[in-house]
Amino acid sequence: MKIVCCVKYVPDATADRKFAADHTVDRVGVDGVLSELDEYAVEEALQIREGADDCEIIVVTVGPEPARAAILKSLQMGADAGVHVVDEAIHGSDAVGTSLVLAKAVERQQADLVLCGMASTDGSMSVVPAMLAERLGLAQLTFGTEVAVDGTTVRVRRDDDAASEIIEATLPVLISVTDQANEPRYPSFKGIMAAKKKPVQTLTLADLGIDSSEVGTEAAWTKVEEMRARPPRSAGTIVAADDGAGAERLVEFLASQKFI
Amino acid sequence: MTEILVLVDHINGAVRKTTAELLTLARRLGEPSAVFLGAGIESARDALSKYGADKIYTVDDDALVDYLVAPKAEALAQLVEQVRPAATLIASSPEGKEVAARLAIKTSSGLITDAVDVAQGASGPVTTQSVFAGNYSVTAQVTQGRPIITVKPNSVTPQESQGAVVEKSFEVEVSAAAKSARIVERLPREATGRPELTEAAIVVSGGRGTGGNFGPVEEFADALGAAVGASRAAVDSGWYPHAYQVGQTGKTVSPQLYVATGISGAIQHRAGMQTSKTIVAINKDDGAPIFELVDFGVVGDLHAVLPAATELIRKRKS
Ligand SMILES: Cc1cc2nc3c(=O)[nH]c(=O)nc-3n(C[C@H](O)[C@H](O)[C@H](O)COP(=O)(O)OP(=O)(O)OC[C@H]3O[C@@H](n4cnc5c(N)ncnc54)[C@H](O)[C@@H]3O)c2cc1C
Ligand SMILES: Nc1ncnc2c1ncn2[C@@H]1O[C@H](COP(=O)(O)O)[C@@H](O)[C@H]1O
Repeated sequence: MKIVCCVKYVPDATADRKFAADHTVDRVGVDGVLSELDEYAVEEALQIREGADDCEIIVVTVGPEPARAAILKSLQMGADAGVHVVDEAIHGSDAVGTSLVLAKAVERQQADLVLCGMASTDGSMSVVPAMLAERLGLAQLTFGTEVAVDGTTVRVRRDDDAASEIIEATLPVLISVTDQANEPRYPSFKGIMAAKKKPVQTLTLADLGIDSSEVGTEAAWTKVEEMRARPPRSAGTIVAADDGAGAERLVEFLASQKFI
Repeated sequence: MTEILVLVDHINGAVRKTTAELLTLARRLGEPSAVFLGAGIESARDALSKYGADKIYTVDDDALVDYLVAPKAEALAQLVEQVRPAATLIASSPEGKEVAARLAIKTSSGLITDAVDVAQGASGPVTTQSVFAGNYSVTAQVTQGRPIITVKPNSVTPQESQGAVVEKSFEVEVSAAAKSARIVERLPREATGRPELTEAAIVVSGGRGTGGNFGPVEEFADALGAAVGASRAAVDSGWYPHAYQVGQTGKTVSPQLYVATGISGAIQHRAGMQTSKTIVAINKDDGAPIFELVDFGVVGDLHAVLPAATELIRKRKS
């Protein structure tokens, strides 16, 4: 079995995330990491591999030069090889553009199973997996909180707003997993050493047969008009609990705001 | 005027509040047409007309409920081809966003997700989004195709306005490819008697600070008629079901009032509640980051403050 795992390189959420002058997410001037939510996808791939006879895991990322760090981390966790799609022209792509590049890169792998995270921690759109399934004609099993692969049958539990659902499909499939699905492992020392020798292929748009006019800021189907830092919230009133006085003032506040 | 499609979010015909919000926003852009997929239109008709649907397109096909996402996207794409709407509005639920994603590819149209406001601009709808855990506010527009916009719950107050309601049944062709992810089991969520988390005007959440006892949180919530939420720490500890988690990997809420009790205010939690209109926190650590966000905060033990406050609210009400 061949698993392709799509992982994204994102600005660290605990650092000061910002935008570049052209309104794109600044991915170069800030500390970046493998999107935390994609660690769950890598972990799921590793667990599926443990239960399969012959299984290879390829991680694919679309992103600028530093995005290689996301691949490296995945390899350290235990993935077998990486594919890094990097091309100046991709800069500024929206989800539609990103999904096009990703689809072409994934397609070449002829995978049985494509795994994604539930959302990227920067864009948090949760749309790229569905777009990939649409472009690649794969069965879509997304927002999985439990995944079971049995021969060619895949079952995923999805906890949606109104109900929990069990969804079933036959390989090849595309799965996205949530942070409920597993507990991602930390790379071991052995894993870190082994990752250094694992192959990482670098591809450009030309390699994928994509015309540069199809991606990037100019080709995006959406346009950011304006962005503003949220005005700092004016400092609130903070009171001490003080044996019931705090509760009283809280209730007064709620009443003054017409919540009671 | 032009048609604006609104995908109806419903459970067996029970229309969710977000649909009334979408219809209200759609009226700013043109004439709202509700798209009702699946069975149960009889129960939905009144709610849709009350909030201004001029037309209702109904599509009733078993594939829409038997398979995940893809058939709904196909049905909507076929309708978009025929109606050629100026925009399609969809609720920002996981399913809504995925239907929107596939629709965008199928119709070669730009997609904006998680809008918190939509206005009519000179060249089509202009959206406002709140990004990076609410630290930035972004306005954007779709520049290609027929704009698809998903809107977060509680982004606008629903306004009633009687629509003309012409009903049209629409036949769709669901491809074999769209029938590949079969829903083999569906376990509806148990009703709690409290308002739906994402729709509630008031949300009271508990975190690790509850120490596993959500009783005071629930009683305070009930006194206010609020929904109950939880931090991931509380969910991971098994104290409250995941369906009630607020944050990046849980629900995004945007109520009139959000009360965080025993919650520190980590960035992932903020991502799910920072657009709340009024924020209140109870935390025994005066240095907890949640206090940076609050309009009103109490430094103290939630196990003392909540029961006392609940008692005072009950007194006021009686
Ligand atoms: C990928 C990822 C996704 C995540 N998604 C989410 C998410 O969706 N939602 C989410 O909430 N978190 C999420 N988190 C976790 C998040 O980072 C925090 O760990 C979590 O929010 C902490 O929960 P907490 O505030 O309840 O606990 P803590 O951070 O431990 O805070 C507990 C607070 O309670 C206070 N306290 C203790 N006892 C009392 C008392 N008796 N009275 C009053 N106050 C008291 C303490 O002072 C402290 O401030 C995610 C993390 C990751 C890595
Ligand atoms: N640039 C990218 N490279 C690789 N995978 C990506 C990229 N962008 C998104 N993905 C995948 O799609 C998922 C959802 O992303 P999003 O739709 O942006 O929230 C992520 O968790 C990844 O698995």
